[in-house]
Amino acid sequence: MWIRSLMAYRVSFAMTALGNFAVTAFDFAAILLMFSQVDRLGGYSLAEIALLYGASGTAFGLSDLAMGSMDRLGKRVRDGTLDTLLVRPAPVIAQVAADRFGLHRIGRVLQGALILTYGLVVLDIGWTPLKVLMIPLMVLSGAAIFASLWVAGAAFQFVAQDAAEVQSAFTYGGNTMLQYPPTLFSKELVRGVTFVLPLAFVNWLPALYVLGRPYPLDLPEWTAFLPPLVAAACLALAGLAWRTGLRSYRSTGS
Amino acid sequence: MLVRAGRFRLYAAVAKGGFRRYSTYRVATAAGVFTNTVFGIILAYTYIALWDERPGLGGYDQSQALTYVWLGQGLLTVMSLMGGGFENELIERIRTGDIAVDLYRPADLQTWWLSADIGRAGFQLLGRGVAPLVAGALIFDLTLPAEPLRWAAFLLAVLFGVVVSFAMRFLVALSAFWLMDGAGTIQLASLAGVFFSGMLLPLNVFPGALGEFARALPWSALLQVPVDVFLGTQSGAGLARLYAFQLGWAAVLLTAGRLLQNAATRRVVVQGG
Repeated sequence: MWIRSLMAYRVSFAMTALGNFAVTAFDFAAILLMFSQVDRLGGYSLAEIALLYGASGTAFGLSDLAMGSMDRLGKRVRDGTLDTLLVRPAPVIAQVAADRFGLHRIGRVLQGALILTYGLVVLDIGWTPLKVLMIPLMVLSGAAIFASLWVAGAAFQFVAQDAAEVQSAFTYGGNTMLQYPPTLFSKELVRGVTFVLPLAFVNWLPALYVLGRPYPLDLPEWTAFLPPLVAAACLALAGLAWRTGLRSYRSTGS
Repeated sequence: MLVRAGRFRLYAAVAKGGFRRYSTYRVATAAGVFTNTVFGIILAYTYIALWDERPGLGGYDQSQALTYVWLGQGLLTVMSLMGGGFENELIERIRTGDIAVDLYRPADLQTWWLSADIGRAGFQLLGRGVAPLVAGALIFDLTLPAEPLRWAAFLLAVLFGVVVSFAMRFLVALSAFWLMDGAGTIQLASLAGVFFSGMLLPLNVFPGALGEFARALPWSALLQVPVDVFLGTQSGAGLARLYAFQLGWAAVLLTAGRLLQNAATRRVVVQGG
């Protein structure tokens, strides 16, 4: 239904899809501008950063496509329209996710995939079957990890209601951070996004395996293969948080 | 004279309303400060890497570059660089036809919204501008001016920047008279805003002709100019030139908005009426 409503204004759809493409493209434009002044950033070349950027961008784009509407939950809690979803015979989470489903967000996925492809083509990687397998595995697990962040953020909004931006700090902020190599950031920060909020598993660890680069924090090599497990654990935790949040929900009405 | 004083009181009240309206969203403001701080930290590390590689890039030392990051986070909502100001509401009023009622009011449309937007910006400056800068100063080594006069000069540059920002978004909103749906124009405007204001990277780091082009556009009045006033890279005649640049764009854009407003109001057809 939301797809059809978007198509009602075709020009506007084209513009917003293009806009979503461009919004993320500008992020990469900033990196290109940086590389117009330097050859390396944190010891990484442009193509290597393109791989990190593309992997995170594609994963984030996919999660945004599926779950990006979750940040509207706070508004629904505030104005009471969540009640409408509760009485319908379909899982609430599916309804919230499908609410204003934005196909125009496909622009983000395309942009990320384009940069990822660029990185893969330009880089001289000694391909092994494991490394080839790692690319789709990384993108899909990454999307699942980001998706669990969207769900957990939505669960948090049952409590905070008006704090959708906190969610952005972790989703959009996480994506921005992962676009750069871990060598740029302080050890505590890298530790935080590895052990507390496991964003490092979205692209850093698997991509550094593909690149044959040392891992941050001297982590052992097998950690690069953990993303699917980490994603499953994140989804389970987020699901739990969601159910707790939903159960604590009190309607705004009388 | 009496009429004029009454007018001023009216617009001052509108500005106060704009301030008060945004001040009611306390949780949202705190959440926004948190987000600005997170993004500030991430950006700061990328700038440190960049300035480690190229000290003195764009005429800034590393501490000045970091100051740029945190002022950018603080001014992001003040200047509505990514949208989110009055324009959504104005577009909605144009789309629904409520605008016809506004046009019959004894207040000028442009001045009304300008007053409301200045009130909004004033709140955002206090609510979302100060805290990230303080957080940034605690975590990183920033260059903060010691002289109170420099702070005053900075605030003036911020005010002029807000007016330029308003004037551009007013034009964006009026485009809805012709397009009916404002989503596309808003998005394009915020894209241009983020890129050409120097939110991604200081405009004086942009290479060659692109840099000169970007610095000549009105968006550089929103972030690059206030930061340069703050850092004191220009003084005396240079400072006057920065102000003149902002005021020049404000005059051009406000006039364009006025002309477009006149053209648009002649087009008003009340839907369903």
